[in-house]
Amino acid sequence: MKATPRTVDGVEVIKLDGKITIGSGDQQLREIITNALNAGKSKILLDMSGVTTIDSSGIGELVGSYTTVTNRGGKLKLLHLPAKLNELLHVTQLITVFEVYENEQEAVKSF
Amino acid sequence: MQGNGNGERVEITISSRFENIELVQVIAEHLCENAGLDEDGTHWIGMAVREAVANAIKHGNKLDVRKKVNATFQLHDHQLEIRISDEGAGFDPGAIGDPLNPLNLMKTSGRGIFYMKTFMDQVQYSFVPGGGTSLLMTKNLAKGTGLASSKI
Repeated sequence: MKATPRTVDGVEVIKLDGKITIGSGDQQLREIITNALNAGKSKILLDMSGVTTIDSSGIGELVGSYTTVTNRGGKLKLLHLPAKLNELLHVTQLITVFEVYENEQEAVKSF
Repeated sequence: MQGNGNGERVEITISSRFENIELVQVIAEHLCENAGLDEDGTHWIGMAVREAVANAIKHGNKLDVRKKVNATFQLHDHQLEIRISDEGAGFDPGAIGDPLNPLNLMKTSGRGIFYMKTFMDQVQYSFVPGGGTSLLMTKNLAKGTGLASSKI
């Protein structure tokens, strides 16, 4: 998985590309979030549009990331969910946990 | 691999490495495509297989590369039967919490079997005395698609 971060109006927008699956991407996601928090970036918007595959481990890492960021006083939100990821979050009712946006400007403003 | 279409049987044995999961997933997806299943249905069955193999490698064989995971696929009259076996000590499926329970919602694990049950018609574990877990999953491909089961 590749992560491309940029800062927009104080929000760390991180574009994720590739797989977030067991043994490939799941641990990387944890590191990306930890590094952002350690750098003092607590408003995090994950752009998921480039995520090609995600499994239950990847979903678990998303949940873990959300908890980690929230526990450190920050916010983690999602942008551009691919349809299948959206479906996976729906069936597990995790869609009720995450704030999801389709428009980046709107998402950035929401922090 | 034997035959085409109905009666097709495919078997693969892999060592317990995460990078081998995709090999098994790809076979499942090819069989589904060849059987005429739509893209969504094919994707979800591939994901169920991915979850099953990941569990076999991680929780069954405990990442011991000397231990194998075997997968067999059989297609009969639109009925796809998938069996995933490992050489692990087994587990109690009943001990896994319901991921939809609000108390479990924020857990970082425990959704793999739930996804399998969501995408497949039947998910059944059996345990071989002396070691090894065998998972049987079935799906009626004629029912059509995706998040198929009647659960959605």
